[in-house]
Amino acid sequence: MARPMDEIRWQDLEIGAAVSEHGSSSEYKTGTWRSLRPVVDKDQCIRCGVCWLYCPDVAIKQSEDGYFEADLEYCKGCGICARECPVGCISVVIEEF
Amino acid sequence: MDKFSVFSARLVEKGEYFTSGHRACQGCAEALAVRLVMKALGRNTIVAMATGCMEIVSSPLPTTAWEVPWIHVAFENASAVISGCESGMKAMMRKGKLPPKKINFVAMGGDGATADIGMGQLSGALERGHDMIYVCYDNEAYMNTGIQRSSSTPWGASTTTSPAGKVSKGQYTQKKDMPKIAIAHNIPYVATACPSFPFDLMDKVEKAAAIEGPAYLHILSVCPTGWRIPSEEAIKYGRLAVNTCVFPLYEYEHGEYSLTYRPHPILPVREYIEGQGRFRHLGSEDIDSIQERTRMEYEKLVKLSEED
Amino acid sequence: MAKERKGIEVSLAIAEAVGQADCDLISAYPITPQTHIVEHLSEMVADAHLDAEFVPVESEHSAMSVCCGAAAVGARTFTSTSSQGLALMAEIFFIASAMRLPVVMALANRSLSAPLSIWNDHSDTMMVRDGGWIHVFVENGQEAYDHVFWAFRVAEDPAVRLPVALNIDGFIMTHMIEPVDFEDDELIKRYIPEFRMEKPLHPDNPVSMGCFAMPEIYSEAQMTRERALVDSYATCVKAWEEWAAVTGRQYHPVETYRADDAEYCIVTMGSLGETAMAAVDELREQGEKVGVIKIRLWRPFPFDDLYRAAAGKHTLIVLDRAISFGGPGGPVALELRSALCNSPQAPVVVNYVAGLASRDVTVEDFKAIILGGKAKSAEGDVAGFTFYGLRG
Repeated sequence: MARPMDEIRWQDLEIGAAVSEHGSSSEYKTGTWRSLRPVVDKDQCIRCGVCWLYCPDVAIKQSEDGYFEADLEYCKGCGICARECPVGCISVVIEEF
Repeated sequence: MDKFSVFSARLVEKGEYFTSGHRACQGCAEALAVRLVMKALGRNTIVAMATGCMEIVSSPLPTTAWEVPWIHVAFENASAVISGCESGMKAMMRKGKLPPKKINFVAMGGDGATADIGMGQLSGALERGHDMIYVCYDNEAYMNTGIQRSSSTPWGASTTTSPAGKVSKGQYTQKKDMPKIAIAHNIPYVATACPSFPFDLMDKVEKAAAIEGPAYLHILSVCPTGWRIPSEEAIKYGRLAVNTCVFPLYEYEHGEYSLTYRPHPILPVREYIEGQGRFRHLGSEDIDSIQERTRMEYEKLVKLSEED
Repeated sequence: MAKERKGIEVSLAIAEAVGQADCDLISAYPITPQTHIVEHLSEMVADAHLDAEFVPVESEHSAMSVCCGAAAVGARTFTSTSSQGLALMAEIFFIASAMRLPVVMALANRSLSAPLSIWNDHSDTMMVRDGGWIHVFVENGQEAYDHVFWAFRVAEDPAVRLPVALNIDGFIMTHMIEPVDFEDDELIKRYIPEFRMEKPLHPDNPVSMGCFAMPEIYSEAQMTRERALVDSYATCVKAWEEWAAVTGRQYHPVETYRADDAEYCIVTMGSLGETAMAAVDELREQGEKVGVIKIRLWRPFPFDDLYRAAAGKHTLIVLDRAISFGGPGGPVALELRSALCNSPQAPVVVNYVAGLASRDVTVEDFKAIILGGKAKSAEGDVAGFTFYGLRG
């Protein structure tokens, strides 16, 4: 777990300010940016994965039952999944945190 | 997904090498393009990235969105940096200082890094014949600094340094044809791609990785922020760019051109132009002239591919 | 190569040393007077005399970029440039040290344009003085040869991992044929063991290099550079001691000649040191209590060595081979004034600029500069600098 930026002393930095904790950006939750939230109607969903494939934020996860759902920790609410869903089973609603 | 007879999203590589938490804008098709390129390349890849949107959004200290070794040095030199990685490793493997391993050496940059400031360095790297892939993510302006025009901005687009005005129709020059410039280096593989056509894109990345020597990929990456379109339409506008032949999907492999996708029917460019805020000021005559130029350019490409 | 003494052009001796160091990658772009170094390296690679990649790039900016990429994967990396080439690569020069990439560069010092001049002075290296590299100056072919190994030894030391610029006066040294004692390969191999970089770029252990910094963390990143460079001093000295132990040739951060009892010392860097020594010999015969102070290690700045050398001196006459335009003097004098200003009984610093673009500074000139400096000191005329030998 990377420390918050404003707690890092210069001695804590890796040589050359490199970052060896790969993929650590996932500690930053981009979901807080969201003003719209995708909602999947599972009755219509054909589990094709188009929403997953087109998500720029790697924020669609497949659950054990095979359905694809937005990971709200990262979903920025762009609406691409809803727009691209071939069966139109994703709608967007206004987010209320 | 239209126009693909076999739909196989679930057959796509599950691993993610460009991960969530990156700070790209909502609906950034460039981030999607990076994600898809990385899926096709896989784990054994070293990425050298130019300064730009993708560099900034993926690497704010102390975190990184990268699951592969990644290096950013400066704006114009991703191609030179990856040349060094490739040559350095080649020497070390040959001398027994490193165990042999097949690694994809990939440089990435935006259109400014590629067509403008890094053009000389890209040319040098392609000419020297390194076993590398250069990926240009073309969102048609300097988006990272606030939508300034580049030589890859299309005619008529209003940007913050080619604004439409009383005596200006926005960008007054035609888009620089980077893939053709890459082809002029007689390298084994050049292709255009767009993340709205993900399978075509990933096929081309895999091909580029398999081919020995330099490969150049030019990926149209819709930028909702800079193109002034709703974020959910990023994929749609990429598809329209291809289906209007504004951005044809083709490849050039060992000297032969081939169109990897022929839109049928070809949609009028009006459908692509209208709705984008950057073209909002253009009148019918302007759009007609874009249509005419698009037709001519596409016909040239068809001819080249048929000759082969 | 076995131990032997050869008469050889200094550029070729440097190239041979890079070969003996078993360098993995050389990337360079041609510029006078650096060319003979890289020409000879490319010949060595072409003849399989050196197993390395020679990457002939389209600009110096790319040369440094290629070196950064190669050093980042853990390769032993060398480049060479001069003047405008250094100016063009300056952007990446600063980044190489920030990213702690241990590139070694032979910098054949040459004046900066305009007017265009291919000849020697120190205006190019002074431009990148603040670039975070280790800078060393040498004054003859033997020192140049020896310092190639020293540069790799220091740059790649895990406690340092910084790039090193080996400053060699263009033409005056690069194109001279001098006697050089070559050491045998086994000795070199022991002196610079194989470079094993901690966390290089490799798919087995992904690391991100060159990340972006918000204001909250930029200062901390800069501090790591500052400390690395300051702390590298110990390794610089240790590496010289190790070299002396195996070759008998000892170097120091600051070196002196007939300075112990001197009241006035001329301060030089680079190849003019030998001429300065000859002038001091002649002045000594005339009864002048003069000596020479030569700065070998320019970065990290060797404060304590300077204090020791300057202790008890009445006046230091600094010969600069570059100008800080619009400023109060040449870069070396400025630094000496700054370093000494708070020390007890600080000597007076008088500054001359001479030898720009290889204009000769002869023994007679040195004598005139030293005596002129002594007179200026006596008159209290010590501000700014004097442009020696200027017409008009």
